[in-house]
Amino acid sequence: MSNRFLSIEGLSKSYPSKSGELVVFEDVNIGIDKGEFVCIIGHSGCGKSTILNVLAGLDTPSSGNVIMDGKEVSGPSLDRGVVFQNYSLLPWLTTLQNVAFGVKARWPKWSKEKVNEHSSRFLEMVGLGHSLQKKPSELSGGMRQRVSIARAFATSPKLLLLDEPFGALDALTRGIIQEELIKIWAETHQTVFMITHDVDEAILLADRILLMTNGPQARVAESVKISIPRPRSRAEIIETPAYYKIRNYLVNFLVARSGSLSGSSGSAASETREVDPTLLSSDADNGGEKDSVAPAQPRAVNNY
Amino acid sequence: MASLNVKAVIVSLLILLVGLGVWEALNQPPAASGEMTEYERLMGGADQEARVPPPSQVLSHAFDELSDPFYDAGPNDKGIGIQLAYSLYRVLTGFIAAALVAIPLGFLIGMSPLMYRALNPFIQVLRPISPLAWMPLALFVIKDSEQSAIFVIFICSIWPMLINTAFGVANVRKDWIRVAQTHELGALKTAFLVILPAAAPTILTGMRISIGIAWLVIVAAEMLVGGTGIGYYVWNEWNNLDLNSVIFSILMIGLIGMLLDLVLGSLAKLVKYEE
Ligand SMILES: Nc1ncnc2c1ncn2[C@@H]1O[C@H](COP(=O)(O)OP(=O)(O)OP(=O)(O)O)[C@@H](O)[C@H]1O
Ligand SMILES: [Mg+2]
Repeated sequence: MSNRFLSIEGLSKSYPSKSGELVVFEDVNIGIDKGEFVCIIGHSGCGKSTILNVLAGLDTPSSGNVIMDGKEVSGPSLDRGVVFQNYSLLPWLTTLQNVAFGVKARWPKWSKEKVNEHSSRFLEMVGLGHSLQKKPSELSGGMRQRVSIARAFATSPKLLLLDEPFGALDALTRGIIQEELIKIWAETHQTVFMITHDVDEAILLADRILLMTNGPQARVAESVKISIPRPRSRAEIIETPAYYKIRNYLVNFLVARSGSLSGSSGSAASETREVDPTLLSSDADNGGEKDSVAPAQPRAVNNY
Repeated sequence: MASLNVKAVIVSLLILLVGLGVWEALNQPPAASGEMTEYERLMGGADQEARVPPPSQVLSHAFDELSDPFYDAGPNDKGIGIQLAYSLYRVLTGFIAAALVAIPLGFLIGMSPLMYRALNPFIQVLRPISPLAWMPLALFVIKDSEQSAIFVIFICSIWPMLINTAFGVANVRKDWIRVAQTHELGALKTAFLVILPAAAPTILTGMRISIGIAWLVIVAAEMLVGGTGIGYYVWNEWNNLDLNSVIFSILMIGLIGMLLDLVLGSLAKLVKYEE
């Protein structure tokens, strides 16, 4: 674990509450390799954003530590770019200036021309080459999110942290930006850690999906490998049989097992299980646990 | 939209004409018919000076004054332009000095909860004091009427700017601060690149309120300290019973006040942003 690009070791977060400590999550261990795209899924309130903020250096854990590239994370850094759920663009700056804001911070010695040239290149990558001089208030939600993605990628961080970046977008726009994200990621080969609520989105984008149990005392219960070959496109992956196998597995976890596994923080249970749903025999779709609550139902898939 | 504007202008002009007409009509000298009252007899029968002059007179007087606003014929006879310039000079000096103190201090208070708590009691006690109440103390300490007037402007302009700056700075969205943090901006860069532009509209609102108050206060302050300035001018003309000049200078005070507000309003537009 410790020789990976990013390793999160024994992380926990608790808040003081009336009835003693409220443990949001505990004993979270995650290892991520360089260039890997990892998504994390879990029910609302289980602590995903908190983990991401700890990785960003914006929040401190109650215990445990985060080591990136051999160095302990102790505060915010340009090595870790963040795309916040609400875009967080600076509204008084134009699109170009917003991206240049990051670029200037990253390379303070660059000339103005170089900064602008570099920034507009990334804005063109996300299809906003024609809106360089617009203010965020003149952009649609999807366009703002693309600016925010361009800002994060333009600073070439070693690790990209995305907190539900497409949560506020309609399905159509989301699809377009997801494909753009894959394109940039393929070009830049950055390491990405992304929170999402959308199972399909996670399968499309991720090499690995981390599944969290419900809080309080949430844990990362499983790490699901997505073996569908790349390049993937929205239209094509739904044709592959592996897609449904993975999807059923994930939905089953979210619907049934995320609840039943929660709170059981025995030392044996705290290990994160590594799973590849495509290798499971079909009657073991539910994760191969005999005592699990319900097998995956097609109905559940359609409703989720 | 344009037609609405045109209509508004027409209505404004109508109101102006009707207002002036009524004023003019009400101010016709009384027909010299009946007997003089005792008062009129005491005043020598000449009521010309005691009546509020009609607008036609005020306007022709205004025209005279404005055709040579900067004449200077001794300490008690200066053009309206010179008097307004004195007042503007005092207001702007006091206002700028106040801004130089209030904005950095407001930043400090807005960024540090400790300083906010520590300074809040002083602000709460000092703020409600009428600026003119400082005048005797200022005259005693500074021993100069000019500078005392400027000090009074300083003290009355400082509060709205201080409070608005602190409020604006304290309420900068946490997300934007996080953007600065994740880009490793230092304290100074965060202050100038993120907090200042984010709080600028609120700060400018404070400045606009301040300059309005300063312009209100300068008239009263100059009536007190005398010598020069539009406030002194109004009082002096009242002593001369020259009501034409009194009314004319009242109008000028309003006009300059509006211009000051317009200038700060257009500055505010420059820093305004939409979320
Ligand atoms: N300052 C705080 N004091 C007490 N509890 C807190 C505080 N901040 C967060 N929490 C708790 O921590 C838990 C995790 O919050 P977090 O924002 O990380 O959830 P999340 O998994 O990102 O949820 P969502 O999917 O809804 O964004 C929540 O249950 C919340 O109640
Ligand atoms: Mg969250």
